[in-house]
Amino acid sequence: MAKKFMYLNRKAPYGTVYALESLEVVLIAAAFEQEVSLAFLDDGVYQIAKGQNPKAVGMKNFSPTYNALGDYGITKLYVERESLAERGLSEEDLMPIVYEDEDDDYAEKPSVQVISRAEMAQIMAEQDVTFSF
Amino acid sequence: MKYTIMVNEGPYQHQSSDTALQFARAALEKGHEIFRVFFYHDGVNNGTRLAVPPKDDRMLQKEWSELAEKHGLDLVICIAAAQRRGLMDASEAKRQGLNADNIAAGFRISGLGQLIEGGIESDRTIVFGD
Repeated sequence: MAKKFMYLNRKAPYGTVYALESLEVVLIAAAFEQEVSLAFLDDGVYQIAKGQNPKAVGMKNFSPTYNALGDYGITKLYVERESLAERGLSEEDLMPIVYEDEDDDYAEKPSVQVISRAEMAQIMAEQDVTFSF
Repeated sequence: MKYTIMVNEGPYQHQSSDTALQFARAALEKGHEIFRVFFYHDGVNNGTRLAVPPKDDRMLQKEWSELAEKHGLDLVICIAAAQRRGLMDASEAKRQGLNADNIAAGFRISGLGQLIEGGIESDRTIVFGD
């Protein structure tokens, strides 16, 4: 039976390597036919912010990879509303990440779900395995 | 209970390596099983055999090796993280055309799939990190 795997992203996309190496784990995990979801909270919400351009600091912009997650069957990206608000951000500041729903004639649907801290806690409690980055 | 342990921080810089080691020891003493210890991010630096800490300090890399030998632990260093940080076993060094290897006894280098397998096969997966 498939387990529920959650990948918690808490740190900004640049400055440390956690976000990039977390994404590398997620892409491998997709091949294992488990139920995978991602959560973005604290500074982790910046990982899927629109308009990233870290060229001037010598880093590669890896944010387009999040758009490919749907093709890997990863369609649940939970974002904590309070973390956005604490940083002066809203859902409009996030990349419009979508997936094609094969059970609904490949209709494009949003992968990102902005949820409250309380809802996040409940979803976390339902997981079998949680990796925190 | 069957555990997989993930270590995400380097030794000495961060306490999570000490805590993971202490947890592993305590779990084994209580009769639990450790399916695998997976080292990721700077945690791969726990697997170098070239660390020479001051005499009055603990010797983390050596302690992992000794615990692995005593209990037959599977200590896995992530290859992608290791390549970035210069952790090599002999075969990887040869493949990369490098003239040295530095992996400690009891550790092996493998892929991220080993971590996911640990999560699937174990009752609990515990992450030690920042």
